[in-house]
Amino acid sequence: MPVIEADDLGRSYVTTTGILRRRRTTVEAVRGVSFQVGEGELFGLLGPNGAGKTTTIKMLMTLLLPTAGLARVLGYDVVEEPREVRRRVGYVFGGDRGLYDRLSARDNLRYFGELYGVPPHEQRRRIDELLDLVGLRGREGERVEGYSRGMRQRLHIARGLVHDPAVLFLDEPTIGIDPVGARELRGLIGDLKAAGKTVLLTTHYMFEADELCDQIAVIRSGTIVARGTPSELKAAVSGGHVLEVEAYGVRPDVVTAVRGVPGVRSVSIEDQGRSQLLLVQVDHGVEVAPGVLALLAGTNVGRVITRQPTLEDAYVELVGQTESTESVG
Amino acid sequence: MTRTLRMLAVTFWLQLKLLTVSAFTGILQIVYPLFFATTAFLVYRQNGDPAALVYAGLGSAVMGTWSAIATTASSALQFARWQGILELLVAAPTPFALVLVPITTAMATTGLYSLVATLVWGRVLFGIEVPVGNPLLFSAGLLMTVLAIAMFGFLLSVAVARYRTAWAMGNMLEYPGWLLCGFLVPLALFPTWVQWVSWALPPTWGMDAMRAAAAGESPWFDLTMCVALGTAYASVAALLSGVVLRSARRHATLSLT
Repeated sequence: MPVIEADDLGRSYVTTTGILRRRRTTVEAVRGVSFQVGEGELFGLLGPNGAGKTTTIKMLMTLLLPTAGLARVLGYDVVEEPREVRRRVGYVFGGDRGLYDRLSARDNLRYFGELYGVPPHEQRRRIDELLDLVGLRGREGERVEGYSRGMRQRLHIARGLVHDPAVLFLDEPTIGIDPVGARELRGLIGDLKAAGKTVLLTTHYMFEADELCDQIAVIRSGTIVARGTPSELKAAVSGGHVLEVEAYGVRPDVVTAVRGVPGVRSVSIEDQGRSQLLLVQVDHGVEVAPGVLALLAGTNVGRVITRQPTLEDAYVELVGQTESTESVG
Repeated sequence: MTRTLRMLAVTFWLQLKLLTVSAFTGILQIVYPLFFATTAFLVYRQNGDPAALVYAGLGSAVMGTWSAIATTASSALQFARWQGILELLVAAPTPFALVLVPITTAMATTGLYSLVATLVWGRVLFGIEVPVGNPLLFSAGLLMTVLAIAMFGFLLSVAVARYRTAWAMGNMLEYPGWLLCGFLVPLALFPTWVQWVSWALPPTWGMDAMRAAAAGESPWFDLTMCVALGTAYASVAALLSGVVLRSARRHATLSLT
């Protein structure tokens, strides 16, 4: 039996605009998402901002009611049996929110330990273990308002684990943390997987998903557009190669023209301060460099390289075809 | 049952800690009730009637409790929403009503401080001696009033969980509550329909019970009404909390995004 099961899950929101003449608009945030996560698996949900990752997690966490489909966690229906689900899952989100700033780390953990019904004799031991796990031992008596962002995030993870849940939902847990802190946190997430927890992780950092996840689903505009192991996703684009062109002042019409070059699968452009990086995904065996460089004739061009695709390239190719549909994150 | 009681006690204590550890909030909680009480004493002192001063002394004491809860019960949950904590409170398996009760009760406890402080302030600075004919029943009235106001705050909190802008209701209720509950102005001076509204508010009866006990009269009817109404408010809030929470999940109002 899968631990997490989403079957044709959908969620729409009704928004209103205007004061006197109110207009109601329905926004489809998640449209028929289906996936399964097995026991002890670390499943990544990847997608750009507004793709529907957080909405999906919130439905699984029983914080939002789906408007279509069904979802089960450990066999419990998220709509009909929310308390059973809540007892067994932990929820951690990124950023500095989600903690009582004026309480100490220990008091924050005690508070949620009580709300999750952790027996008193277990609570102290469990909190001590968690403080060790997240490296906050010695600072647990200080008020959270004095913590760095990384410390808060680690405390957040401890809070999500205080009742020893079988399933953990991590919603962009490393967002806004410095590289060292993020690496420590990824190590911690890896430890959780090693401890047998089933984890659903949302992120838009490719290396994070590549490093941690057993399975990945790429979500775009509320729909899953690809699913597989990191290697499988890379293989989906590995039939081709990537042409990287460093340029200065690439015009939008040139990017559009590059998309039209035969053999080009997709094109994206990254702003790198003074320069831009044109990333061209190319079909296997096709040479597009001369054609692309010809189109860039009026533009200052720097380094030009050809390389094998990474997971990030796979992701860019999958979500790069931007849609004009509205979406909510 | 024991575990639930422990949960209520621990979360109440931590919420109280949360309310009292901030120096600025603490100063506000100390100064605000005294400021309002002073204003009331200075106004009522003008007609030279000692009975009017006693009336104001008692009324302004409960007034601080009302303000502490009416405004903070709604803003506290809104703050929790801003901080992303509201979703975490809902995501816990504890029934939401039981999560809210310690929050509003902790606020009521800070309100109890303002009640006692105002009585002491009136006595020390203005020489207002509130004669207490029946101290035991007076204390019972005082506690019941504070608890009844806490239950009113509990009902407000439930509304705030559902509606993102319901916190404004707390601010809106603060000053009308001073009048409607008869803290400073006798209800007999208002039109009959206002009195009907007042009778639906538990602090009105608690205030009357305290005044009756202070005057050595029987406060039992007022006390019973205060307890009954407070219980009714709590029951409605508890019953509504499940429905309201489901509605909040349907309309996605637990978070700001």
